[in-house]
Amino acid sequence: MKIVVCVKQVPDTKGGVKFNPDGTLDRGAMLTIMNPDDKAGLEAALRLKDEYGAEVTVLTMGLPKAEDVLREAMAMGADKGILVTDRVLGGADTWATSTTLAGAIRNIDYDLIITGRQAIDGDTAQVGPQISEHLDIPVISYANSIKIEGDSVVVQRQYDDGYHMVKAQMPCLVTALSELNDPRYMTPGGIFDAFEKEITVWGRADLKDVDDSNLGLAGSPTKIAKASDKVRKGAGEKVALEADEAVTYIMDKLKEKHVI
Amino acid sequence: MNKMGLEEYKGVYVFAQQVDNELSGIAFELLGKAKELAADLSTDVTAVLIGSGVKGLTDQLAEYGADKVIVVDDPELKDYRTEPYAHALSSVINEYKPEIVLVGATAIGRDLGPRVSARVATGLTADCTVLEIGDFPINPIPNQEQKHNQLLMTRPAFGGNTIATIACPDNRPQMATVRPGVMQKIEPVAGAKAEVIEYNPGFTPDNKYVEILEIVKEVSDVVDIMDAKILVSGGRGMGSKENFKMLQDLADVIGGTVSCSRAVVDNGWMPKEMQVGQTGKTVRPNVYFAIGISGAIQHTAGMEESDIIVAINKDDTAPIFDVADYGIVGDLNKIVPKLTEALKTVVK
Repeated sequence: MKIVVCVKQVPDTKGGVKFNPDGTLDRGAMLTIMNPDDKAGLEAALRLKDEYGAEVTVLTMGLPKAEDVLREAMAMGADKGILVTDRVLGGADTWATSTTLAGAIRNIDYDLIITGRQAIDGDTAQVGPQISEHLDIPVISYANSIKIEGDSVVVQRQYDDGYHMVKAQMPCLVTALSELNDPRYMTPGGIFDAFEKEITVWGRADLKDVDDSNLGLAGSPTKIAKASDKVRKGAGEKVALEADEAVTYIMDKLKEKHVI
Repeated sequence: MNKMGLEEYKGVYVFAQQVDNELSGIAFELLGKAKELAADLSTDVTAVLIGSGVKGLTDQLAEYGADKVIVVDDPELKDYRTEPYAHALSSVINEYKPEIVLVGATAIGRDLGPRVSARVATGLTADCTVLEIGDFPINPIPNQEQKHNQLLMTRPAFGGNTIATIACPDNRPQMATVRPGVMQKIEPVAGAKAEVIEYNPGFTPDNKYVEILEIVKEVSDVVDIMDAKILVSGGRGMGSKENFKMLQDLADVIGGTVSCSRAVVDNGWMPKEMQVGQTGKTVRPNVYFAIGISGAIQHTAGMEESDIIVAINKDDTAPIFDVADYGIVGDLNKIVPKLTEALKTVVK
């Protein structure tokens, strides 16, 4: 079985968000990590490899330094790494990103594609399902478990109020939730091997069956009209009070606002 | 992207999500917003109702603001599956050419939206919290056409640390998924009727039609915190699972519901469905009590639209005080029980 895992290098927004003195986000000071949902997707692929035997290829699109997440993935046990990087691909929205990744995947022999549900920088959850549409294969989003049955995958597809057990014929794309598993650590041997291994680097010319008009900033149907760091609601009153006064204070405010 | 005949596309469409033939709350929320957008564009609101045996739901959609309802009713659409639903919605888009399509950012909509947007080759903006009609570019730029009557879609990114406003000026429809709990539904108009259009593009199962082997509902008898008018929310500062009893007592007296921050779920004190915030639910109750919640941005992103925020925290530097209307620096263990007692004398 051949599995392609799409991963993204993202700023670590969960651990420590850093602000500049003027209140804007200091991206330079933030560490980059492998996107957590993608890492869970990779772990799922590696477990399928352990159980059934599989070749796992990790694919990323990004700046040349995104090679770091491929090295990390290979140190965890992935077999191959492919970096898609090209100036003309920059500024892509989810449409242009998914056409790019689909163009790369068309060069690869695969049975199963796993992506993370969403990346912690954009939080869109769109690229996985969009890739599946471009490749005309089934998608199962929000996977909480993945099993193989013959030429099909059986996935626990999570909903807000429960789940469906869903079976799809391969080739197929599955988007992984970070709740799926606890990703393994890199092993010292794995790290050593990962830096020995060659990473395949592809540019625009290597993408298959993709029109220029669907790539990069120019090929992105959505455009940013404005972006700003969050304007937070202004603070109201703040008082330091002993319990009895605090209760009187709250009761007065609730009466004033006709809550009670 | 191919430039389309944009002026052909008219009307604001809403994907009226239903599960087990019951409309989801997000369907009404989207209709409320669609009505505002349609008024600004001098057009009407169409609900797209997809399912099996769902025709009985059209009146309810009319009462919440739909002028028209397009019903795609087929046995293949009984339970949500990506392919037949994507085929239904994209066929409706290709046939009726709406200028705007809104989909809820639910576990269904966040799967359906991207698949459909890729099929009809347009942009999709995820998880929007503000939608308005305006110009793109917002301010005129020399040598660039400023387009009017565009859908401007605002959404948080970077874990709620930044906000971006997105437009889709050259493709139609303009598509957005919209975060549940943010848009306001209208007061239903009893007896309202919509023009009902039945449409079936035909469904031919292929390899993309997945098979549902089993459906498991995780039944919970708890109130959805997104529907609560008053939330009594606890954070790490509560100290223990047992201390949530204190919040439940307060909630009971004032007719509220208990909710919590992420740390509380991580500690196993409360279930995930009670979590407010970026990775939990977005709430906007009339009153939000933030008790022992420090107020990290991931939390405030999910509650700062509440009408009145009352915060109690012993740390006077806690960021929750930056969004609270009434902040009390004090000992929650002493204040909360006394507040409950005081409320008992007033309420009922």
